[in-house]
Parts: sequence; C-alpha cells; structure tokens
Amino acid sequence: MTGLFTAVFSGFLLAAVAPWVHRLAPRRSGWILASLPLALTAYFVLHIGPIAEGAAFRAGFSWIPFLGIRLSFLLDGLSLLFCLLITGIGTLVVVYSGGYLKGHPELGRFHAYLLMFMASMLGVVLSDNAIALFVFWELTSLSSFFLIGFDHERAAARAAALQALLVTGLGGLALMAGLLLMGRIYGSLELSRMMAEGSGPLQSNPLFLPILILVLAGAFTKSAQFPFHIWLPNAMEAPAPVSAYLHAATMVKAGVYLVARVNPLFAGSPFWFWMLVGAGGVTMLLGACLAMVETDLKRILAYSTVSALGTLTLLLGLDTIRATEAALAFLLVHGLYKGALFLTAGAVDHGAGSRNVAELGGLRRAMPITALAAGLAALSMAGIPPFFGFVGKETIYQAVLGSSAARGLVTSAALLANLLFVAIGLIVGIRPFIGALKETPQHPHEAPVDLWIGPLLLGAIGLAAGLVPGAVGHDFVLRAASVVMDRTTETHFSLWHGWNTAVALSLVTFAAGLTVFAARHPLSRGFARVSGALAPVGPARGYFRILDGTIGMARGVTRVFQSGYLNRYLLFVLFTTVGLAGYTLFFRARLSWPEEVLHVRFYEAGLVAVMLVAALTAIRSRARLVTVIALGVVGYGVSLLFLFFGAPDLAMTQILVETLTVILFVLIFYRLPQVIVLSRSAGMRLLDASIALACGGLMTALVLTAVRVQWRPSIASYFSEHSLSLAKGHNIVNVILVDFRGFDTLGEITVLSAAGIGVYGLLKLRSGRGEAP
Amino acid sequence: MEILLAFLIGGLYAAGFYLVLGRSIGKLIVGLVLLGQAANLLIFTAGGLTRAHPPIVPEGALEAQPPFADPIPQALILTAIVIGFGVLAFALVLVDRTFQRVGTYDTDDMTSTDA
Repeated sequence: MTGLFTAVFSGFLLAAVAPWVHRLAPRRSGWILASLPLALTAYFVLHIGPIAEGAAFRAGFSWIPFLGIRLSFLLDGLSLLFCLLITGIGTLVVVYSGGYLKGHPELGRFHAYLLMFMASMLGVVLSDNAIALFVFWELTSLSSFFLIGFDHERAAARAAALQALLVTGLGGLALMAGLLLMGRIYGSLELSRMMAEGSGPLQSNPLFLPILILVLAGAFTKSAQFPFHIWLPNAMEAPAPVSAYLHAATMVKAGVYLVARVNPLFAGSPFWFWMLVGAGGVTMLLGACLAMVETDLKRILAYSTVSALGTLTLLLGLDTIRATEAALAFLLVHGLYKGALFLTAGAVDHGAGSRNVAELGGLRRAMPITALAAGLAALSMAGIPPFFGFVGKETIYQAVLGSSAARGLVTSAALLANLLFVAIGLIVGIRPFIGALKETPQHPHEAPVDLWIGPLLLGAIGLAAGLVPGAVGHDFVLRAASVVMDRTTETHFSLWHGWNTAVALSLVTFAAGLTVFAARHPLSRGFARVSGALAPVGPARGYFRILDGTIGMARGVTRVFQSGYLNRYLLFVLFTTVGLAGYTLFFRARLSWPEEVLHVRFYEAGLVAVMLVAALTAIRSRARLVTVIALGVVGYGVSLLFLFFGAPDLAMTQILVETLTVILFVLIFYRLPQVIVLSRSAGMRLLDASIALACGGLMTALVLTAVRVQWRPSIASYFSEHSLSLAKGHNIVNVILVDFRGFDTLGEITVLSAAGIGVYGLLKLRSGRGEAP
Repeated sequence: MEILLAFLIGGLYAAGFYLVLGRSIGKLIVGLVLLGQAANLLIFTAGGLTRAHPPIVPEGALEAQPPFADPIPQALILTAIVIGFGVLAFALVLVDRTFQRVGTYDTDDMTSTDA
C-alpha cells in the first residue's frame, strides 16, 4: 500500500514546485494544480466501496526506530470521510484561488501554502502513529499561519496569523505531551495498537485526568472551542478560499477528528462527557449569538463555524451511536454548505466590492450563478428538506433527545443554535441576493467560472446527498461512526422518519428561525450590548493580557541579564558557578583536608607569600608600572614553582613568556592615559570582592579535593617507556609535545598564528584609517 | 605543600576575578593574566607534585626511573602558557584599539555594540 504515502507526500512535492508551475502558466495555474487534489479525490472515491464493506488500508515504515516512531498510515471509515472532504473541497478551492487571486504577484506562493496544507491535513487524518499525527497537526497550524498572514503587509493579518499560531501551536504542544503519556501507558505510539488494548489501561491510570486535559487542550484550541475560539474569527483576515477550506471545512475539524479518533479510549469517563458536552454546548450557543452581532459576511460565517464546531464537540461528547452519526453527518453537511458560503462570500466581495450585509441586496440579477450556489448552501444550512442539511438536523435532534444526561438542557441548546442557524443562513445566503438592488462600492458583476464552479458544486452535492440520504449515510457516516464507537452500526438514514418529536422540533426551528430573521436588527443590537458588556472579562482581552504579560516578562528578564555591563554579566556567571559547583563540592563530594605528600620548605613558603603580596599589589596599585611589575613577580614566581617541582621546561617557557608579557604591557600601557581612577562605590566593591573571594575559595576547595584523587597507574609510564624507544627523545615533555601529541602542537601554532595575524591586523587598521573619529 | 599551593591558587583566582569585575579595562587584562597563571598552577598541583625529578630519561637508561614528575600536566600547561600569551597579545592590542576608537578606559561605559 504505497498509495497512501503517495497520497500524502505528493501534495508536499507539488507544493514545492507550485510557484514554478504558476510562473509557467499564470492564468491557468489554479486549474493545472487542481489536478492533483482531483486525482486524490478519485483515489479516495475508489476506496469507498471496500471501506463500506469494512476493510481498512494500512501503510507504514520505520521513521525513528529507537524511539518507536513509525510513519504509519491507516485508512478506515473515519479517515476516508475526512480525506474526501479534504481532497474534494481542496480541488474546488485550488481552482477558486486561481480566479480569486488572479494577477496577484504572490499567487504562486499561495498555491504552495494551500497544497502544503492539504498534504498536512491528509497526514493528520491518515496517521496511525501519535508522533506522526502531531507532526502533521503542527504542519497544518504552520500552513494556516502562512495563509492567514498571506497579505503580510497588513498588520491585522500578521496579528491574526500570530494569534492563530500561538493558540493552536500551544494546544499542539499540550497534545504532544498527552500523546506521549498515552504512548508510555500503552507501550506503543501506534493508535491502532492502543485501540486494540482498549480503554482499560488508560482509564485506570492515575494520569488519566491530566492526559484527558492535555489531549482536549489540543483538540479545543484547534477546533476553536470556548475560550479558545477567539482566533477563528480573526483568521478571516485570510483570503476567502482559505477561510472556506481551512477555517470552515477542514482544519478546524482536526480537533473534532482527534476527539472522534481517540473516543474509544476515553469514552465512558464522566470527565470526557462533561468536558465535551460543556465546552461544546457553550461554544455552540456563543458562536451562534455572536454571529448575529456581526455584519461582515465572513465574520458571520466564522462565528457560525465556531457554533458548528461546538455542535460537533457536543454530539461526540454524548457518546451514543445516534449522536456520533449525527456528528459525522453534520460534519459532512457543514463542510459542504460552509465551504460554499465562504466561497460565495468571496465571490460577492469580488463582484460587488463589499462584504457588509447591510450594504448588499438584490444581487441575484447581476450574479445569478453565485446567487444560486449561495441559495443552495443557505437552504442546506437552514435545514430545509430535501437538502442534506435537513437530514443532519433531524439526526442531531434525535441524538440530543436520546442524551443520557441533561436531556432538556442539551435539547434546548441545540434548538436555540439551530434556529439561529436558520436565520444566519438566510442572512448570508439569501438576503444579499433578493430585494431591491443596493448601491455597492463596485458595479456588481458575475464572477468568472473559477469562482462559481466550486460553490455551485458544493451546494449541488448538498442537495443531491439529501435526495439519497440512505446511500450517503451507509457509505460515509456509518463506517466512520463504527470507528468512533468501536462497534458496527446499521442505522438507516432517510429524509422522512414519520411524525416524531424531531420533526416537531424541526418545524419549531423553521418558524422560530424565520421570526429571528425578521427581528434580526433589534436582536443583533441586544446581543451586541451583552457581548460589549462582557468584553473586558472575555477571552479575547485575556489573550492580549497574557501576550503583553509574556512580552513584559521577557523584557524584564532581558533588562536584568542583558544589561550591557561586563561587570553584571560576570557577576551572574560567577555567582551561578559558585552556587552550583560549590553546592556539589560541599554537599556531594566529601570535602576533607588532604594528606600532605610534601612538606613545605621555608623558601617555598616565602615565595608563595611574595606572590600573594604581588597579586594584592596588582589590585591596589594605581600606577601602571607598579602593576606591571607586580604581574611580573607573580609570573616569575610561578616559573620558580615549576622549577622546584620537576618542570624545567615549563619554567623556561614561563620566564620567556613573562618577559615578553612585561614588555608588551609596558609598550601598550604607555599609550594609555596616565592616571585614571576608576572605582565603584564601596558597596559595589564589597560585592565584587566577596564574589571574587568566594570564587577563590571554591578553587582552593577544588584543588584540595583534586589532589586526593591520584590515578595509579598513571598513563605517564607509557610515555616514559616509549619516549626513547619510539620517539628517540630523552625529554618526555618535549617528546609528548612534538611527537605523541604533535597535532595538538600544530593546533597551538595555528592559534598563535591567528592571534599574530589579529594583532597585525589591528595595528595596520590604525595606520590605515587614521586616528579615532 | 599542596595545601599551601591550594591557597595560593585560590588567592590568584580571587585577585584575577576581582580585577576582571572592575571598571578599568587595563586591569581587566591584568586579571586575565592572573587567572591564566592560577589555572596553570591548578592543573600542575592537581596532577600531583614531585620535587626535583623532571620527567627525563637519563643517559644510558631506556626509561625514566620513578619517582619522576608527571609529564602530561606539564605538556598541557606548556601549551596553555603559549596560547595564553597569544591571547594576551591580542587582547592588549584590542584594548589599545578600543581606547583609540571609543575614547574610554571604563568597561561601564562600553554598554553597547556600537562604537
């Protein structure tokens, strides 16, 4: 089954070359590039039959074997439903983009992002490995970031892109943590392996609740559940095809997909039930109410998408067969009509130059095909028979009526959301096209074929699916539902179930929906007043508060640590070193007084005393020459110590270097001004001195500890044995330097040459460019 | 003797750190030299002290007769001394150039990367 790999990775490949394809055929690039999603749609359509019969397709190979990460794909009923949505709507959206952004200088780049998104999204719904799923998941967030910020010269687009990335990206990280914990519990990162083990190991684990919260954090941020819904309306900064594709039909459903996919592992837990039903219910109502407040076509649609996502979450939370079927049927319904409505909103914007519902009216004559497409989609959204939206709504009512808990509350919420949906559908899909023609910024004209073919097809499919609900239900919904519920189901979908409560609710919905539509202006003002009053405590404000807080904290930390003062940098470094190394030395290593191997001779003690006094003089002295002499005394003292303890080579080198050092110091110091008194306040000096003394004390303790550790036999005997026999040298130190470790010495010479060139360069620079400015 | 040297090394380190923490960039270089000396002595002492027996194979013998000083720390230090000198020469010229360029001798005035 290499087909699944090809299906996922061909999108990435085409994305990589899309800008060049666009350059070759700028006018037809949308049609050309759409051939890939079209081919993929055909590929997945071929799987409908076998999967409806219960087959599943797998492909996989080792990716990072030692971490147990495989790139494994699984195509089952649930993935197939999503794959068809992704590739099918993807085809239409790519075509649409070519027309919508015709002549845009960055259209090639846009195509690349769009195809990259499509491939990533296919990866999300096909991955069977948790890590692979996470990687594709984040890739969709990334492509969404690029697409929202596509018009990157506008600050609003950039801010919206960043917000979407931060919210979904942070949720993605939480998801990764949750998935890794699940991997630890099950001993495998393969989702199908976890499903095979069942929910037992997970639900009996003490980490169950944290894992549940982490996984849901990922799902809720991605699927814009309250209070993370704020990014979705802002994401409308993206061009219309992006809103239709990512932020209505597919990407925002990734969270819903995740919940559906892992449902068999979490289902049965009351937390799972209440988190999904609670967040879903609140999101469903909030989204529908806020949609009524907006006047911009795309923002209305965005909030109604939020509401739809809430509905899906709520339904999956109910965790009954009927509710799951309702969720998956509604997923399909919503993908079709919402994609179409976003695309027609873009076409209206394109044709009439406005997206404000108050400014639009009577466009049916100028834009008949767009009006037809929008009307089909709107009727499906309103749930009018015989559209598939009607089937979806009926199933939802049956599902909420069958809820095991809070039936009245859930049913009323669903009723409320649905009647608002009727009104919203009329506002965005019907109202702009009927009535008297209103004055628009642009003389309205019909959109080109690229722009109407997509929405028209989606609207038509919504109608066609409603005419054959049994076949659609059987082939798409039931197989997907059986994956979510982990058992097979054989419910029959039809337009007419006879007179029952669901039908009664539907009738109420239409009637109330029409009333709400008629009373939309006062209602909208009322909602606006409430949402305005709640804004200061709302999540939108909270996002900025957190963002500003984070930036403020980063600025504070930077101001403290990146002060620009050498003194302060060193204080931090030294303080940390003393703290950490000192702690280890005093509490971990048993610090004790070493045994003296050699007794102190009087001249050695005298030498040490002289050196310490010289070091002190180097600190205290204000005169440059005295400082240099004091430094010299320390250096010559060190060479004497080398001499006393069997290191004549070191002594010789040290004496030579010391002499050169003194000469250099004298040369340079005489170029600097005579007397400069630079001292800090007494308090600062005390701080410097105490840190310096602490460091000195630490080094003393280190030496005292180190001398107790003597490795016997030392490798010195090797050099002693072979110095003469192999390298023909009597002086072992010299032999090590030029023979055994000859390359080290080569490196040393290189460093010296580099330093020499540096010195030369700095001196030449002075004579070349004259004195300081 | 090790204890005495341990305190000498500690003293040199303390003096070196105090100087690099100070404001004068000239003293900073002096501090760097002191830190270098202290580090060399630390390696030397930690490697074990042997009085007056350099690691040299006597004439006529095939290998050095114990006790003899460990040649490995010595080889390391020899490299360190020379490298230290190279760094010092570079640092000194750099300080000189810095003074010519920014006209200050005070590290507290050098808080930005722009001269």
